[in-house]
Amino acid sequence: MSLEYTSSEMMTVTAARALENGSTCFVGIGLPSEAANLARLTHAPDVVLIYESGTLQTKPNVLPLSIGDGELAETALTTVAVPEMFRYWLQGGKIDVGFLGTAQIDKYCNLNTTLIGDYREPKVRLPGGGGAPEIATNAGEVFITLKHSRRAFVDRVDFVTTLGFGRDGKGRDNVPNIGKGPTRVITDLCVMKPDPETKELVVVSLHPGVTREEVMDATGWEVRFADQLEATPEPSENELTILRELKERTERAHAGQ
Amino acid sequence: MAEFLSLHDAVARYVEDGATVAMEGFTHLIPFAAGHEVIRQQKRDLTLIRMTPDIIYDQLIGAGCARKVIFSWGGNPGVGSLHRLRDAVEKGWPHKVEILEHSHAAMACAFEAGAAGLPLAVLRGYVGSELPSVNDQIKFIECPFTGERLAAVPSVRPDVSIVHAQRADRQGNVLVEGIVGVQKEAVLAARHSIVTVEEIVDDLDTHPNACVIPGWAISAIAVAEKGALPSYTHGYYGRSNRFYKEWDAIARDRDTFTRWIDENVHQTGENA
Repeated sequence: MSLEYTSSEMMTVTAARALENGSTCFVGIGLPSEAANLARLTHAPDVVLIYESGTLQTKPNVLPLSIGDGELAETALTTVAVPEMFRYWLQGGKIDVGFLGTAQIDKYCNLNTTLIGDYREPKVRLPGGGGAPEIATNAGEVFITLKHSRRAFVDRVDFVTTLGFGRDGKGRDNVPNIGKGPTRVITDLCVMKPDPETKELVVVSLHPGVTREEVMDATGWEVRFADQLEATPEPSENELTILRELKERTERAHAGQ
Repeated sequence: MAEFLSLHDAVARYVEDGATVAMEGFTHLIPFAAGHEVIRQQKRDLTLIRMTPDIIYDQLIGAGCARKVIFSWGGNPGVGSLHRLRDAVEKGWPHKVEILEHSHAAMACAFEAGAAGLPLAVLRGYVGSELPSVNDQIKFIECPFTGERLAAVPSVRPDVSIVHAQRADRQGNVLVEGIVGVQKEAVLAARHSIVTVEEIVDDLDTHPNACVIPGWAISAIAVAEKGALPSYTHGYYGRSNRFYKEWDAIARDRDTFTRWIDENVHQTGENA
């Protein structure tokens, strides 16, 4: 029996499955937050979710609209000041996984959330770095989730806000006290991982019904596919039910405010 | 010792044209009432520091109060762009605004260093980021003990910091609860500080490790009921997510924005 689900749901469920139970995760707002909370509500009840607003081990009942929603503090084990968050917990090496979204990503996994175009005369000004530059280097590893499109997946990002592996793939070589960096990118079409040698992103798994051509069309460089290309497992009925309930609760809660 | 002033008098006394001002509150406890008072008093050429400029600085920038903005994430949380910030940066309306951007970690450390009376903050940051190429206030130093390359940024030392909190007692001691952001650091880092509160109480009724800012470390306290709306005050009222969404349309257009500021800031008094 085949379940009905959208490509967004496929992405969220796949991203959620990447998080191991018991790990500590520094969560970005939006898609990462949706995936991390789905993980917590399904296979990873003991995952520790941490948001940059200072909320440690939070268990929000609905998804936060902003990184500092009251819901996060009310359901957290404790809430600390923002300098403590970044200094002790992130820089201090207490975070296993940083879970990030981005506006642009390139083949070496560098992230751009600063602007499109030239810095002094931007075509589009984006919000900026926020917590990402240090999450990406101080967390043990980094998961990235975003929708696949040619606008987002570019050969070279216009600006490296946040380090993946640098413009040449060697940006982390010989840097002491730095995390592994991005270990997987989860999109609505596929899962990509950096090549162990070159660090170039390679498609390792295609979501059900997605073709290589679709991924190539949505990627701004000549994307490579792993020799052992896998099929991403479908979402389960339980995962879909819990995700839909979470999104319904969230919509209801935010509509009333 | 903190002096109890009206919001009008506190802003008139401590926010001078050309001052460096930090209005903090990480999504929570954003001092909107005070921001509106700054707009009403038509302060000019301010250097505005805030990790997340949020709607409050979008309003101040659009109203022509800012000369420079120092920040680390300049969006409308959960919604999209800050259109007034973008219009000022991209098109120079109502005038050109200079920006200096950091990461959250660097700004948090810079506030903390300011509170600690240090000239700089040191962090393991900006590795591989191109932000140092567009912000000359980000440097790298070598650890004198290990040789590790570390990032350094100047500490934040505002002329005045403005924050909002739940309540103060009659001695001017202030309790901050919930997401405390960098508010305490902002107050301690500044030459002067204004704290707006929801209410004045006889007893803060707190516990030994609560975030309490002593009255003798604060310049002025002003009561501003609902002073953080459309952001929220933990234990008092929730965030108006609806307004954050509505702001997108208001701020997108210069005339709509100007009309909104006229009707909701200029034509209303401090207690509106």
